[in-house]
Formats: sequence, C-alpha cells, structure tokens
Amino acid sequence: MAQSAAPATGTPAVPAITPISLKEIAPWTLFFGILALILLYFVGAEQGATALISGEGVHEWVHDGRHLLGFPCH
Amino acid sequence: MNSISVRALLVRGMLAGLASGALALLTAYLLGESRVDAAIAFEEAHSHDHGGGEELVSRSLQSTAGLATGILVYGIALGGIAALVYCYALGRVGRFGPRATAALVSLGAFVAVYLVPFLKYPANPPAVGDPDTLDQRTALFFLMIALSVLLAVATVILGKRLAPRLGNWYASVAAGAAFLVVVGIAFAFLPSGENVPEGFPAVLLWQFRLATLAVQFVLWAGFGLVFGHLAERLLVSKAGDRQGDEAASRTATAAR
Repeated sequence: MAQSAAPATGTPAVPAITPISLKEIAPWTLFFGILALILLYFVGAEQGATALISGEGVHEWVHDGRHLLGFPCH
Repeated sequence: MNSISVRALLVRGMLAGLASGALALLTAYLLGESRVDAAIAFEEAHSHDHGGGEELVSRSLQSTAGLATGILVYGIALGGIAALVYCYALGRVGRFGPRATAALVSLGAFVAVYLVPFLKYPANPPAVGDPDTLDQRTALFFLMIALSVLLAVATVILGKRLAPRLGNWYASVAAGAAFLVVVGIAFAFLPSGENVPEGFPAVLLWQFRLATLAVQFVLWAGFGLVFGHLAERLLVSKAGDRQGDEAASRTATAAR
C-alpha cells in the first residue's frame, strides 16, 4: 500500500511522506494509549469524582496541578 | 517496507512532552501559584466547615513537587498520545513536512483537548465550584473533551472529503465553520457549570483562568516546536539514508 504512493504532478515544496501503515501504529496505540489515559486519570480525576485508592493522598499531592490544568478538583 | 519507526516517534513525543511540560510547569508556578494561594486564602476566610487540623500534604509541597508531578506526568502522557496521532497524521493530512505536521497536530490538540472544553467548562481555582456537584462537573468536563476531540477528527475527515471539490483552502474554511457551528450548538445545550461563591473576586477568577490558558498554550506550543524538531531530524535523516542522498545524511549527522 505504501509503495503505491503516486508521484504528484508539478514540483512539490515538500517531498511526499509515505504514511505509516495502521497495522504498525495499532499495537503501540493500544498499549501506550491506554497507559497514557491511566496516567491522565490519576493526575486528573482519581480521588475526586471516583476513587480506586482510598484516602486523599493522590488528590492532595496533585491538587495544584489539577486546578492549573483545568480539571474539576473539588 | 516502512522504515519510519512508531517507537522512535513515540519516545520523542514523550520526551518532547516532558520538555514542554517543564516549560508549562514554570508558567504554572510563576503565573498560577499566587492565584491558587489567593483563592485558598478566600476559601479559608469564608468556609465554616473546613475540616482543618491535619494537612495531608503541605502547601509548600503541593505548589512545588506536587505541581511538578501533575504537570510533567500530564505532559508525558499527552506527548505520547500526540505522537501516536502524529504517526497517523504524517503523510495523510496533506503535503506537510514533519515540522509542519507537528505544529498542526499540536494546534489541533490545544484547541480540541483544552480550548474548546475550557470555553464551556473553564478551570476553577480552589473555593470556586460546589463540592456536591463535583461528580456532575467531572463527567461534563470529560464529556466535553471527548465531544470536542471527536468533532475535531470529524472536521479533518470532512475537510479531506471536501478538498477535491472546493480546493484545500475553502475545504478547510468550510470544515472549520462546521466545527464551530456544532460546538456552538453543544455549548448552547449542555448545562452550565458555573458556581462562583458570593464575594469571590472577579479579577482573581479571570487571572486564574487566564493563567491556566497560558499553561496549556505553553505546553502545546512547546510540544509542537520540540517534537517537530526531533521528528524532522529523525525523518529527514531516514529519508536521506533511503535515497542514498549523501548530502542529506551529512547535514543530519552534522546537526547531531
């Protein structure tokens, strides 16, 4: 698929970049995408509206970051 | 068949996220912390049932190490996600080079992930926002982000569809206008989240919100520039090797 990229007519300012196939991106997205969302959950929402860990430690530790990154904090 | 490595771009995305997170941290510390402190002072002066006494994390830790943890992790995580989006966008959104694609992805992320949700559900300093409505406000905030990101993706797809008929410029204008109309409709129908306590200084609220906007702007502008630089170096030297173009790889090596 990637090999069939047709040369464009005229002289492009930027050479065409062959797109990365979805098959290559998917496993990385699945693993690191979910990992990143979990990290964002702990920074943005844990011990706020929902809690996986009891107590206030996580919430209090990232308190200022949560406010200044725009997450609803309390 | 393809020598552009997703892994290499992902690593660079997270590094760029860390670097721009450090810039955003500096911005948050310089512009935001004084406003957080002022809001906490208001809160303490006006609340009657503040469960005082034990302080789990001291203010000096919250405003330094705690703030750094939050913003740097946020930067790394979003840098990684943005790099994955970049992997897909590269060579697909149009005839843009590595740096221009990075700038476009960053701009799109800033608008879709922060700016649009912020315009409906802006950041609140301590003391603003009723704790009893936290669940609802959190749900609405994340719903707004999801909606805004989905609409941004739909806008890009619409723009690509319209491009053969309208040309790139008018296709982009039409798709952008459609985005604004749908976002406007969503703003009109979603419930408002404002609950400012009586007597809370309007100037402080405005300055706090402006500071959060500055933090995000610095984060995404920094990410676009740093990641664009790293991606260009990676991809241009790769292309040079592929074509056996000695000059290109020499330049790339010299740039290291």
